[in-house]
Order: sequence, then C-alpha cells, then structure tokens
Amino acid sequence: MNTLVYDGTWIGLLCCVYEVYAKKLDQIAVVSESRFMPDAFSEVNKVVSDELRARRVWDGLATRISKKAMHRLYTCYLSELPDIGSSICTFIRLAFDMPESPEQAYAIPSVLRISKVDRMVHREKHRMEAFIRFQLTRDDLYFATIEPDFNVLPLIAKHFKNRYADQRWLIFDLKRNYGIYYDLEVVSEVIIDRTGAEKKGKNIFSDDEPLYQKLWQEYFAHVNITERKNTKLHLMHVPRRYWKHLTEKLVD
Amino acid sequence: MSDRIVEKLRILSDAAKYDVSCSSSGSTRKNKNKGLGDTGNGICHTYTEDGRCVSLLKILFTNVCIFDCAYCVTRKSNDIKRASFTVQEVVDLTINFYRRNYIEGLFLSSGIFKDADYTMERMVQVAKKLRTEHKFNGYIHLKSIPGASDEIMHEAGLYADRLSINIEIPTESGLKLLAPDKDRKDMIMPMEYLKNEIISKKDEKKLFKSAPLFVPAGQSSQMIVGAGSETDRDIMYTANKLYKRFNLKRVYYSGYVPISNDQRLPVIGTAVPMVRENRLYQTDWLMRFYGFDIRELLNENNPTLDLDIDPKLSWALRNLNCFPVDINKADIKQILRIPGVGMQSAHKITQARRFQKLTWENLKKIGVALNRAKYFIICSSNQFERRDLTEMKIRQFILAESHSKYLRNNTEQLALF
Repeated sequence: MNTLVYDGTWIGLLCCVYEVYAKKLDQIAVVSESRFMPDAFSEVNKVVSDELRARRVWDGLATRISKKAMHRLYTCYLSELPDIGSSICTFIRLAFDMPESPEQAYAIPSVLRISKVDRMVHREKHRMEAFIRFQLTRDDLYFATIEPDFNVLPLIAKHFKNRYADQRWLIFDLKRNYGIYYDLEVVSEVIIDRTGAEKKGKNIFSDDEPLYQKLWQEYFAHVNITERKNTKLHLMHVPRRYWKHLTEKLVD
Repeated sequence: MSDRIVEKLRILSDAAKYDVSCSSSGSTRKNKNKGLGDTGNGICHTYTEDGRCVSLLKILFTNVCIFDCAYCVTRKSNDIKRASFTVQEVVDLTINFYRRNYIEGLFLSSGIFKDADYTMERMVQVAKKLRTEHKFNGYIHLKSIPGASDEIMHEAGLYADRLSINIEIPTESGLKLLAPDKDRKDMIMPMEYLKNEIISKKDEKKLFKSAPLFVPAGQSSQMIVGAGSETDRDIMYTANKLYKRFNLKRVYYSGYVPISNDQRLPVIGTAVPMVRENRLYQTDWLMRFYGFDIRELLNENNPTLDLDIDPKLSWALRNLNCFPVDINKADIKQILRIPGVGMQSAHKITQARRFQKLTWENLKKIGVALNRAKYFIICSSNQFERRDLTEMKIRQFILAESHSKYLRNNTEQLALF
C-alpha cells in the first residue's frame, strides 16, 4: 500500500494521479497533509503540487469523460471529506483504464460514491442559495455570514452574481474564514480582519434593517398553518444547525 | 407607520396561507438588464413549522371580499379584521424581501372588492411597477380573478410568470352548494383565454426572438380536498382534464383546514386530511411523470385511493400479472412501474446495467426501496420471491415491515379525544 500525501489543494490532488502513473503504483490511499497520520505498514509518498502535471491529468481526463463528470469531481473535492481524495483518484484511474467512461457504472463503489458525494455537496450549495440572509449595512452593502458543511462558496458565486447584479454583496464563510465579494462588476475572494468587529457590530446596519427583519419574522409566523403542525418535516428541511443564521428563526 | 405595515402583513399573509401553491420554477426570465433578480429552478428559502415550503411572498392585496364562499376565511360573512395594502407597500415589501434573499418573488392574490376587473387591475399595477420601475426579474405569480376581462388578463400575462385560478371545488354541484356566488364558467373562461394566448405567443416568440415573454411559467390551479363529498376519482379526473384541456403546469391539492361552523362543511377540529392529500399528489406524479393513465389508478371499481399504501403499489397489487419485471432487461417504462423504484433509481438502473448485471446489493445501494420492490422484480441472483403470493399476502408483508410516515401523527391526533 502506498500513501500519497498532498497539500490539500485541487492541483495537489490531481498531481496524485500523475504520481500513480509516473511511479506505476497500484494500491494507493490519498490523504491531505492536514489529515495525514503516519503508520507502520504503508510507504509514504509526498506529492509535490505542480500546475503543469495537474493540467496534463485534467486535459487527459477531458478526452475520457463528460464535462459534467469532470465538474462532479471538483464538487466532490469541495466536500473536504477525509476519504474523498482516494475516491476521486480511483475514479480518475478508472476513467483512464476503462474502454469507456465509467461515470454511469453505478455498480462500481467509487463511481457510486462520487455520485453520492456530488449530490451531498450540491444539496449544501442549494441550501446556501436558500438560507443566506443578507443584512443591509449603512454603506449599502448586503452582508451575510454562513457556516456550510462543505466548502460551497466557489459553487454559489455565479448564482448570486446573476441574481443580485445591481447590489453590492459580501458572503462570508465563518468556518473557513474567507468570503466572496461582488462590487457590481466582478466577484472576488476576500479575507477580512475580524478583530474588533464585535465591538462595532451594532451600528453598521441601515436604519430600515430591523423593520424588514421584523416583517420577515412576522410573515414567517403567519403563513404557518397550526392545524398542520409537522415538526419532523420542518426539521428535515431546516435542520437546527442552520438556525443561527436564519432571520426567521431568531425570534425569542 | 411601521406598526401599521406589520399589522397589515399579519392579516394579509394569514388570509393567503391556504393557497398551497409555492412553486417558483418553470419560468425563463433572466437578469439581462443588470436589474434585480432572475428565475430558475425555484428555491424554497425556508419552511414553516407545518413543513411547507416558503419561496414566495404570498399575500392578499386585500381581504375585503364581496363573495361568500363557505370554505374561505375571507368570505364576507366572516367576522374578521380587514385590511388592504397600497400598490407601493406591496412593491416595497417585495423588493426589500427579495434583496435580502428571503424570497424568490411575489405571489399576489386578493379578495374581490367592487368587481373582478377593478381588483385585477390593482394587482396588475403592482406587477407592472415591479417590472418597469424596479427592473425586477424575479418570479411573479398573480391570481386571476374569476370573471376578469380578456384585456386585463392579457396585461397580467405580460408581467406575470404564472397566472392561476383556483377551481377549489372539483365538481359543479359541489361548487353550487359551497360557493353560490361563483360561476364555474367565470373560472374556465380566463383559463381558456390564457391557454390560447400562451400558445400563440409561443409561436410568435419562435419567429421573433425579441417578442415579450407571456406567462412563461404557465397556469396552475388548486382544489380543496375533504370539504365536500367528492371522491378521489372526481378530483383526479378533474385534474386530468385541467392538465389536458388547459395545458396547466400544476394542479395543487389542499387538504381542507376547518375554519367555519357552517353545516355544509366538516366541523372545526376535524383533522386535516393530510394522508389523503399526499396520496393525491403521488397519483398526480404517476400520471404526469411515470406514464400511468389516470384510469389505471382510479376507476369505477376503485374510486378512492388506499391510504395505507401508495398508489403505485396499490396498482401493482391489482395487476400482479405484469410482474415480475427483469431489472437487467426491461424497458425503462416497465421499470418505472415497479413499486419502490423512483425516477432517479430507474435511470441509474438503465445506465448501470450497461456495464454489468445488477444484483440485489447493487439495487439497494442505488436507492431502490427493496422492502416493496422485492416482490415485483428479478435481478442477477437466484434468490428471488418464488412463492406464489396473493395480493393480500404481499400487502400484509409490506405493511408489517414498514412504518408509515403518518402513523405517529395519527395516534397523536387520536389521543386528543
């Protein structure tokens, strides 16, 4: 067994596949640096991230599988799940070794795994498109904080750019400590210095902001039909871990 | 000022909530003018405590109404607080909710004040203002007011993504009994008019790309379930007609929530028929996506849906001669008819079997509900149901193994009495 350790980047992960073919490795496990735990039984290969090598793997893949399947692999990478590197590499090797694209061969475990993780991440992306709640600041910025299960900011940028084309917005991932900002022209990644933000917090929002939050909370309470109460279903759709960022759920 | 708007929103969202339509999908409006909003597959931005999706700001323009329909909270004889929005108030609410990512758009309905055209005109004004003054490209669903003129319906169609008119009562006799002021003709006419307009505008759009959108998300309707004595067959045959005759995109089924002491209706406190409602939706799906003819699912011998088991299973049990189906060979149409196999699984099966023969293990992992499906299929395994089981037996086995998602709710309701 060979353990390939990569730097946690997408390029690094693709380089693992390059390594497999360059060194003719067979049994492999792929793990990111931050998760790597040495053990006595496997040989460790530190994989160097190299954009050219990654590009070769990616371009080669493009001739073997559909665009959709390629995007699916990237989506899976964003899941940040501990074993996902191994599944992605296994899938890519299948793509190079099988006579036709394995993307629909759902009876193969790694293919089904990719399809399932893709759905999980996609669902989280969709949840963020639904659950993000902007608050308007005094300088006309619509601001939202999120803590998604997976790293979905790269996947949601386009949706928000298309939809809110005429307003400046910033979506910040508190878990991963970066955000995306739209300045009416382009979306860019940002890192904010959050020290001292708590102190000032109170006055940054526009005068109307509390009113619209109140209206939204009232609306949420009044469209509910009490005779049909179904807490299980409610929690299935809006799991508790999302509540702290949902305006309508912040009523005491 | 702000207290007054909060109060109005309370009253007019309370009155609008019995309209179950929440869909915000199916439109093709995009944000091309660097304005605000777009439409797509629809997003449910939150869910109320009853588990229903909230995707639109669903409100009445006013709950003042000249009609007296027994099943409606807004009926004129009901002693409730009345309120009306101004056009500007609805516009401000919509824009400000939308910008904060609370909603996909607006669903505006109204009680009928003065007359149909006057009411409809106010609603169209809201939509027009949103589209023209605010460059709003989000979703707008307007309720058509029964009896509104063709001219005003045409204008509504230019600004709205969807228009709907609620049939509410599936049979004409039921309507006479419960809504004496309403004439079925007044509901059918605008539907017919819109259907033809939508078709002709679509043709126009093919010729001239620049032709304006006209009700791009089509029409929908709603029927109340359990207010009158209609059977499931009455309801679904009417739904089928609406789909076929008026090209409706959706028909909604709304379990009647008792809100009145009227003797013609179920008394207050009667449980909302939620399981029945669910079975009707399942039937609707089977009819629209799974290739079933409504007469296979509901007919003279079977006028009501089985509440314990889903309508596909119920059909399969009545037609055991169609089974077992060979998963590795059968046409997708046949696979879609197997109980426990959904749309996703069916497609995965037909794709995966090109690479290798599928086993029970594969089917389980793909997501097939084997507890139901196993009686109806054979796959790459010599373990399959060999006993010649009767309809009754299979039904018993399946019910014994499964726990209905409604069982718990039901016992809770019973414990009240």
